[in-house]
Amino acid sequence: MPESITMEVWRYRPERESEPTWDSYEVPLRKEWAVLDGLNHIKDQLDGTLSYRWSCRMGICGSCGMTVNGEPKLGCSTFLTDYAPGPVRVEPLHNFPVIRDLVVEMGDFMAKLPTVKPWLVGDDEPDEDTEYRQTPVEMDDYKRYSMCINCMLCYAACPVYALDPEFIGPAAIALAQRYNLDSRDAGAEDRRDVLASAEGVWACTFVGECSVACPKDVDPAGAIQRYKLTAANKAVRDLLLPRGAR
Amino acid sequence: MTTKRSPEPLLWLLFSSGGMVAAMLVPVLLFLFGVAFPLGWLTAPGHDYLASVVSHPVTLLVLFGLCVLALFHWAHRFRYTLYDGLQLKRYRVPIGILCYGGAIAGSVVVALVLLRAI
Amino acid sequence: MSQVRLYRPPVSLTWWLRKPSYLVFMLRELSSVFIAWFVAYLLMLVYAVGSGPGAYRDFLDLSANPALVVLNVIALAFVLLHTVTWFGLAPKAMVIRLGALRVPPNVILAAHYGAWLVVSAVVAWVVLR
Ligand code: SF4
Ligand code: FES
Repeated sequence: MPESITMEVWRYRPERESEPTWDSYEVPLRKEWAVLDGLNHIKDQLDGTLSYRWSCRMGICGSCGMTVNGEPKLGCSTFLTDYAPGPVRVEPLHNFPVIRDLVVEMGDFMAKLPTVKPWLVGDDEPDEDTEYRQTPVEMDDYKRYSMCINCMLCYAACPVYALDPEFIGPAAIALAQRYNLDSRDAGAEDRRDVLASAEGVWACTFVGECSVACPKDVDPAGAIQRYKLTAANKAVRDLLLPRGAR
Repeated sequence: MTTKRSPEPLLWLLFSSGGMVAAMLVPVLLFLFGVAFPLGWLTAPGHDYLASVVSHPVTLLVLFGLCVLALFHWAHRFRYTLYDGLQLKRYRVPIGILCYGGAIAGSVVVALVLLRAI
Repeated sequence: MSQVRLYRPPVSLTWWLRKPSYLVFMLRELSSVFIAWFVAYLLMLVYAVGSGPGAYRDFLDLSANPALVVLNVIALAFVLLHTVTWFGLAPKAMVIRLGALRVPPNVILAAHYGAWLVVSAVVAWVVLR
């Protein structure tokens, strides 16, 4: 194994340059080092001006999303040795405006997320000591969608989001389904206006790349596809049945 | 958002059914009539036999369903190909008219040709 | 907070060439054009059959034209791409339950291919009998 590997890092410092540039750094190539460790080495030893986000170092917080050799990845879960002999090219996540270096602006997602009401919607306020029972089978319905860590890799992978920023996007729809499919939830009808709109599931052309990119195996593409079927069934029912019978 | 009146769900159902029947039926038909018979790998059926097959009510029904649904499948996908591939979403109204209008016009032609075969 | 100057990366017109998976997606979408072509071709055939033995002969001669054969071979490749990708994606939308058990996606996939085989065999038998 070679001693070191070259990391080419995408740089954008708005006060210095109007167009992004690339900087190259030599970092030690260690078996246990992830791309994030390489960036930390650069920041600590070589160039303190480099900006990027991270926190947990274990694929849980979702803050270290970045583009590694063209693919959206979690910096902390992507190992340098997989890219030896290098170079490794690190860019910010695609499809987002860049604030600085590898730091992107996710305000768009933050604004869209609450519109799908990603929380349990109840029929009425429960008593203090109401217990909501759920069988393991019922939990299986939504468990996968509850694993999302909001890392935005799916948005970075999605060409539809790149072309149409109004699209509410993979994770938001998967999170809506996480609650729609929960036996304790009664909010499906509330979420329908947003989900079944032109900027909701109908904007999706099932490229499927979101599910490939997702580090948590959430399968947002599957969630969207399932909801298309649900929304289509509901629409047909609306068309055929009189109001009272729905 | 006036979602409950949106035609998208119906268009999507047509697209999906079209995708399914096309996936099931088109490969074998295209292989036989587009490749195997023209290249002489297999002998094409005689006219009288094929005419009796085509004019059978079940065949007519299957062909009608296949053709109409396949056209709506095309309309839907082609519309999105123009949106995404050529980034033409700002022209969504004329594109919609072109695609679904084409599918409707095509369906009329399908009906006329099949009625003639009875 | 002072105003930050955000950098907005442009989307290129050829974004679908950036990754092989995007290209496959674009080809998959383009398969619809060849499905529309197939409908036209099928209508030509039905029209010829309805017009009598002479017209049917003419259609067979026309279909042996090398340019048309090349077109149909390309179309067949796209149609097969459609079938394979369609079956690959269909299990994603379907959640089928038998009692408490969820039918595994592989089984749904295999069922699609099985049905395809049966349908193709029936069509071939009807045409070639
Ligand atoms: S769905 Fe997956 S890729 Fe998308 S934000 Fe959630 S964890 Fe990340
Ligand atoms: S640092 Fe938390 S997910 Fe990578």
